[in-house]
Amino acid sequence: MSVTAEAGTFLERAPLVLRDAVVQWFPAPLQWLAHHLITIVAILAVFGVFFAFTTVAERKLLGRLQNRLGPNRAGLPWIKGSKLFGLTQPFADAVKALTKEDIVPAAADKLLHFLAPVLVVAFSLMTFAVLPFGRNLIPVELDAALLYFFAAGSATELAIFMAGWASRNKYSLLAAMRALAQVISYELPLMLSVVPVVLVVGSLSTSEIALAQGGWTFGFLPHWHVFTPWGFFGFLLFLVAALAESNRAPFDLPEAESELIAGHLTEYSGFKYALFFMAEYFGLTALSGLGVTLFLGGWQAPFAFLEFIPSYAWFMLKLIGMIGFFIWARGTLLRLRIDQLTRLAWQFMVPLALINLGNAAFWALTSGWSGPLQFVRWGVSIALVVGPFILLGRGLNGGRGPRTYRYATS
Amino acid sequence: MNLALILISVLILGSAAVALALRNLIHSALLFVGCWAGIAAFYLWAGAEFVAFAQVLIYVGAVSMVVLFAVLLTRQSDAAEPMNPDSFSRFMRALVAGGGVAGILVGAILGTPMDVSTAGPAPTLTVKEIGGQLMGPHAAALLIVGLLLTVALLGAVVIAAVDRPEKSEDAS
Amino acid sequence: MLGSGILKGLAVTAKNFVGSYHDPARMVTVQYPEERSKLPENYRSFPLLVCEDAADPMGTLRCVACQICEKECPPQCIYIEKSKDKKPDATGKPQLYPTVFAIDTSVCMGCGICAEVCPFDSIKMDQVFEVAATDRFTELLLNREQLAKPNSYYHSIHPTEAAEVDARLAAARLAAEEKAKAAAAAAAAKAAAAATAKPAAPAQPPSAPPTASASSTAPAPGAEAPKSYSRVS
Repeated sequence: MSVTAEAGTFLERAPLVLRDAVVQWFPAPLQWLAHHLITIVAILAVFGVFFAFTTVAERKLLGRLQNRLGPNRAGLPWIKGSKLFGLTQPFADAVKALTKEDIVPAAADKLLHFLAPVLVVAFSLMTFAVLPFGRNLIPVELDAALLYFFAAGSATELAIFMAGWASRNKYSLLAAMRALAQVISYELPLMLSVVPVVLVVGSLSTSEIALAQGGWTFGFLPHWHVFTPWGFFGFLLFLVAALAESNRAPFDLPEAESELIAGHLTEYSGFKYALFFMAEYFGLTALSGLGVTLFLGGWQAPFAFLEFIPSYAWFMLKLIGMIGFFIWARGTLLRLRIDQLTRLAWQFMVPLALINLGNAAFWALTSGWSGPLQFVRWGVSIALVVGPFILLGRGLNGGRGPRTYRYATS
Repeated sequence: MNLALILISVLILGSAAVALALRNLIHSALLFVGCWAGIAAFYLWAGAEFVAFAQVLIYVGAVSMVVLFAVLLTRQSDAAEPMNPDSFSRFMRALVAGGGVAGILVGAILGTPMDVSTAGPAPTLTVKEIGGQLMGPHAAALLIVGLLLTVALLGAVVIAAVDRPEKSEDAS
Repeated sequence: MLGSGILKGLAVTAKNFVGSYHDPARMVTVQYPEERSKLPENYRSFPLLVCEDAADPMGTLRCVACQICEKECPPQCIYIEKSKDKKPDATGKPQLYPTVFAIDTSVCMGCGICAEVCPFDSIKMDQVFEVAATDRFTELLLNREQLAKPNSYYHSIHPTEAAEVDARLAAARLAAEEKAKAAAAAAAAKAAAAATAKPAAPAQPPSAPPTASASSTAPAPGAEAPKSYSRVS
């Protein structure tokens, strides 16, 4: 964010102009601090509110997906009969979480029990630092931004372990182990699905990856990675791995609220529990933001004539779309069993991600091909995606034909 | 600049020292992880972004789990009794082994020419340059490590893929 | 192919999502305090006491304080005190009536045995379910004033059953009237026969109690409420 964008419409520049105006008020030696603090406060405010409304949107959307209404009653507390479509529900939830008793088991490791939710929120917030929210709108410009993202994300595993172990409860500990097994299993396909992008763009910097997806073929076909065979498949793998990585249904075994007692969060209550919940949503939002950046063109507009809409609006729109899809998947799919979960990761996603890496290498090598060779390039690349997918899918399904139900009808 | 270095050093050495002194193995392991994080901070201070993030990703994220799982799986009981050396010879052997490692490390550090005076601004090395270095002069090492890791990965997949014969019996 | 099931499932939920906005038949939610679903006719909660006249509930209780319900009640939540004097009941017979009739609804389990055993069709099961109270010892202990509900109310909650009861009572009343008439006629004949010996022996008053038929302005049994659980908006 060092460069203030001179180009672009006023709306495009508005956040940077606003920041610079506020920074001017501070004395010169403190300006660098103010600069960063404003960025941090902006991220906290925007994504805090985003988190709040993601929860209510999730509940409403889940309701609609299941032919229910969802929460629609929470209005303003001092106006009787106001409902506001239940939009103030998250604030009611926050008040409830804050006022609940914070129970710490007598045998628990008090310090680690306290530290785990703090760390998990801190690490999941840190991942926002390298997401390019718009043109020139990236909190920290890092050369190894992708690595930073995954480093910060992987540190949450430590917090999960601490939560499970510090509770001094065998169920918590076992659940933490399960959660770790899941998160570690899916970190590999997640990263392997990201590597092709790095390979093709030739950079670990998220802002450069977003920039590389600019431009349109014929003026309407955006150069997003998702519109290439390897990119599309990488995006699918990324989606599945991101679902598992952020413990969302159908991979929400660590929490599995209907079967376990919230897994490693068994001994957490009140606001600490809410913090874990918050961290989960932050992680989901950050991973969705990464997916948008890597595959969906980042802040780039889908059509040239839509570029007048500021880039951060496009980013947020795509982000909302991604999260909407995650909610849609949650409303549709059933929870997996732990063996199915790890089987999917190791037997299906890792090999396919490796093949996709080769596919991306082929794509990068043949970038010079033109004319009819383009068709060959596309054909080979698509075959490299579809072939292994079908073959591996069939091979893994061998002997496990369509499930028959003895008692359920239709 | 130096204040940051001092802080980082205190973090690294302090967490290492406390980790040694603690009785609770899990606490020690977590402090050990903190020590690794401190080393990552040191790399960051030294301008080696890539190495720093790789350190966090691999050590704080993954190796820490191996350590913690190992501690959990091997711990005998909660009552962590102080481990006294069984015999004098054992004590001596431990001393020799530890002293040897420490001696080699100290010797290596002292033997390194540290030309602090001529160290100008730290060279900014982008990831691309690191990549170029790895694929150029150090290609052999990279290939060997890559092969090893691929074999390990495939091994993990194969281990996960093998269906136990008795599993097919309890058809459900 | 692998994943086709997932796509199918996503299509189903997407259809639900879109349909939930324009297809009211999909949405089964009844937003309770504002909207209520029609209770099934046979739903029962706590007992009530049927009286004939809403204007004078205590004077027209069908209950004759026979105390069968009190004895049958499994959790023993009914308490009855008999009156000393007698009043004509629904069929016109002079009967006792309860001076105290109390049901502790915090104890009542809603079994409906009291209503089954009542030979006078006096105790019936109500359909109220919003009975929350802040004090279980006073507010949930209902006395006979609170328990008494007019016959018209009984018709409104259990139309079929109430119509049967009314028909039965009317038949009983008719029988009683005819008996009374026959008795009166016999008495009159007797009186005529023995007119010279003993003049003006007052017989049973042949008039039926005027309350029963007058107050029971019940809906016809045919106009039974639809049995669907459609929303009452």
